[in-house]
Amino acid sequence: MVLAFLVLAVVGPLINGHGPNEYVGPPAQRPSAAWWFGTTMFGQDVFAQFVHGLRSTFLVGLLGGALAAVIGMVIGFTAGYRGGAVDEGLNMVTNVVLVIPTLAVLLIIATYLKVRGVVPEAIFIGLFSWPWVARAIRAQTFSLASRDFVDLARLSGAGGARIVVTEIAPNMSSYLFMTFILLFGGSVLTAATLDFIGLGPTDGMSLGLMMNNAVLWSALPLGMWWWFVPPGLGITMIVGALYIMNVGLDEVFNPKLREL
Amino acid sequence: MSLKVDNLKVWYRTLRGDVRALDGVTFGVADGELVGLVGESGCGKSTLGKSLIRLDGRMRHVDGTVELDGKELPIGDDAAMNRFRFKEVSIIPQYAMSAMNPTRRIGKLAAELLESRGVRPAGVREELLRRLELVGLAPEVLDRYPIELSGGMRQRMVMVLSTLLNPSLLIADEVTSALDVSTQKAVAETLVDFRDRDYVKSTIFITHDLSLVYQIADSVVVMYAGRLAEKAPTDALVASPRHPYTRMLLAALPEVGVRYGARRLAGIPGSPPSLLDPPKGCRFRDRCPLAFDRCATQPPLTEVAPDHHVACWKAS
Amino acid sequence: MLRLEAVSKTYRVGTFGGRELVAVKEVSLEVRPGQVLSLIGESGSGKSTIGRMILRLTRVSGGRITFDGVDIAGFKGKQLRAYYRGVQGVFQDPFSSYNPIFKADRALELVRETYFPRLGGSRWRDKVEASLAAVRLDPGQVLGRYPHQLSGGQLQRLLVARALLLDIRLLVADEIISMLDASTRIDVLNLLGDLKARGLGILFITHDLSLGNYLSDQAVILRQGVVVEEGPTERVFGQPRHPYTRTLLASVPRLDRKWQRNGHPVRESAGEGG
Repeated sequence: MVLAFLVLAVVGPLINGHGPNEYVGPPAQRPSAAWWFGTTMFGQDVFAQFVHGLRSTFLVGLLGGALAAVIGMVIGFTAGYRGGAVDEGLNMVTNVVLVIPTLAVLLIIATYLKVRGVVPEAIFIGLFSWPWVARAIRAQTFSLASRDFVDLARLSGAGGARIVVTEIAPNMSSYLFMTFILLFGGSVLTAATLDFIGLGPTDGMSLGLMMNNAVLWSALPLGMWWWFVPPGLGITMIVGALYIMNVGLDEVFNPKLREL
Repeated sequence: MSLKVDNLKVWYRTLRGDVRALDGVTFGVADGELVGLVGESGCGKSTLGKSLIRLDGRMRHVDGTVELDGKELPIGDDAAMNRFRFKEVSIIPQYAMSAMNPTRRIGKLAAELLESRGVRPAGVREELLRRLELVGLAPEVLDRYPIELSGGMRQRMVMVLSTLLNPSLLIADEVTSALDVSTQKAVAETLVDFRDRDYVKSTIFITHDLSLVYQIADSVVVMYAGRLAEKAPTDALVASPRHPYTRMLLAALPEVGVRYGARRLAGIPGSPPSLLDPPKGCRFRDRCPLAFDRCATQPPLTEVAPDHHVACWKAS
Repeated sequence: MLRLEAVSKTYRVGTFGGRELVAVKEVSLEVRPGQVLSLIGESGSGKSTIGRMILRLTRVSGGRITFDGVDIAGFKGKQLRAYYRGVQGVFQDPFSSYNPIFKADRALELVRETYFPRLGGSRWRDKVEASLAAVRLDPGQVLGRYPHQLSGGQLQRLLVARALLLDIRLLVADEIISMLDASTRIDVLNLLGDLKARGLGILFITHDLSLGNYLSDQAVILRQGVVVEEGPTERVFGQPRHPYTRTLLASVPRLDRKWQRNGHPVRESAGEGG
């Protein structure tokens, strides 16, 4: 299902022809053959908006998720493997980031930036959602680092970084993969929330922004369900599908579960 | 009490088929006897111990009977066996000392165990304290958490708990394996004490350590690949082992006194057969220096001397 | 060759590291080429800690460890790798010494990556097969398999083969046979004996005295981090001087002697007393 949405996101804008914000048709039309998802209050094509929105949603998820994953892994592995003072220091950093009130910071940043794009939004999300990843990876690394095969790798002349990459990380590969999936999903949700309250990108379109506009322009009281149902459903289904994929993957990566 | 095991077969269900862990074992334990059940890993000794008290989900009782004091034990029926557990047959499972709930104080653990068996803890408290003293544990131990005790102390604690209701048969599964040499001696001697003081009638002591069995067991049962190889009174087994496996096992023990330069001990080449699809005939055939064509059929357990049984064509 | 001079190890334990735990206290010993030294002690004696310090897996708190006269504490990077060319270790649990998600021979590959990066495929294979032959393992049976498909004995011997790839001069064997069956133990022990005959020095760490006696030239008895007795094996086992050594020896179950308690044997044989 995720793949289906992905395909739609990539392909949709290409087949559509016109941009999401153009005024192309009569306003407030119900979904019909001409306009698949109907039109907005201003005559914009909801479907066009939807597919463009999907694109930016995926982008945010990918970028934000990847950034958070990288930061979380680097900090988690280093803290878990080195221990001692390094661990204490990194723990402090993790705790600080954890308690920063992201919304407040975002509001302040939003005030300073005139134009905001999808990429900065993704970066912002990425910079603040890694603490739980670091914690979890650190815990796993602690337990793996004391195993005999790590000692044996040291006796074979391998250095710290190499051991983490070649011995410890592969043992956690399923866990790392699932972490990324969770971060992706989390990113999408956070972005949708930010967009909905108007702190999202100022250019382009996203699913959250669609919902924002729909509310602003009274879609609900007016019964224009086609304006906000697709984006809402889209977000829910993408994130839901990702989480289900998460569970299924556990069986793939953990051979013991397969035996049962 | 008397225990009679007759042609017991217990197999494990796995995805790849049945593992024939116990494939026709017959022996008996007399009243007051301490039997040493010896064998290497995978020979079925733990399975035998467990099957006398509880078959876990993967085990299947395929054939054979177990009789305790003339009554047949319903080993295939988990619920029916409940009557016998702890009171007539008790077990000190392998890794017992690590199995105590680390978040419970020991006294509470003991009370919960007794209550689950329908015994009022207060009624046996005095006896419990007396036994703790016997094994060298102070009464304060009941107020401690398991992690505060050493391995040896935990093991003795578990032994006291398992025998509190004076079972007729005690099964001690590898109770000395993870212990230091001096604690091992203390624990082994405790097993003898329990028998001497009538806390338990008979004991089956499961281990891989033949020298330890020599010190405390009255008779020895040697198992290989799910079957019995030899059974004899301890002194007879050590002085004149008849089965080639027993002989090679004894020859592979580095006793204090034997030096590499002086006499090179020999191991047993090869490894035990897979029990998923065991070979027909004698299972030790592939590794046995005395094997000949008759070994293609499984030799029966025959008595070659008073109380001395061997399953080998060459010995009988 | 390897010398420990008053080596100590203290750990800080307790909340906020308030208390100190002395695991090893001023232990001195020496292993010469072609010599097996048994380090015997019960749990908590510090013997494994000493092994780890020699292998540079744990830092020394006091005293120094020298190899060929050079203090090993300062080794880093290239020097450390050179040290591991001469000194290797094998641990107690064969199954935990291998990364379970990789094949067992990856342990050999790791050595190749660091020490023989430019060795061609077939020459490396020859080297591996020579090592396997020295530990009496059949390459067809062990190469290309996962650890859970091999037995404990095979895995331990594979670890010795790995150490042999490096032309080591000292092997630290930490309880390497305690998790093996009786019949395989002897094979591994005999292997160590053969290696000793070829000039390898071995530090044999064990809690089992019979094993210590079978193989070693020198014996050191350790109790709670302190050396209580040391000397040539025959002397230590034959005429133990320290009461702890005597208790240890008396607790070992033997087939030629029965444990005694209050004058009579723990096990009464039929027809004897009782």
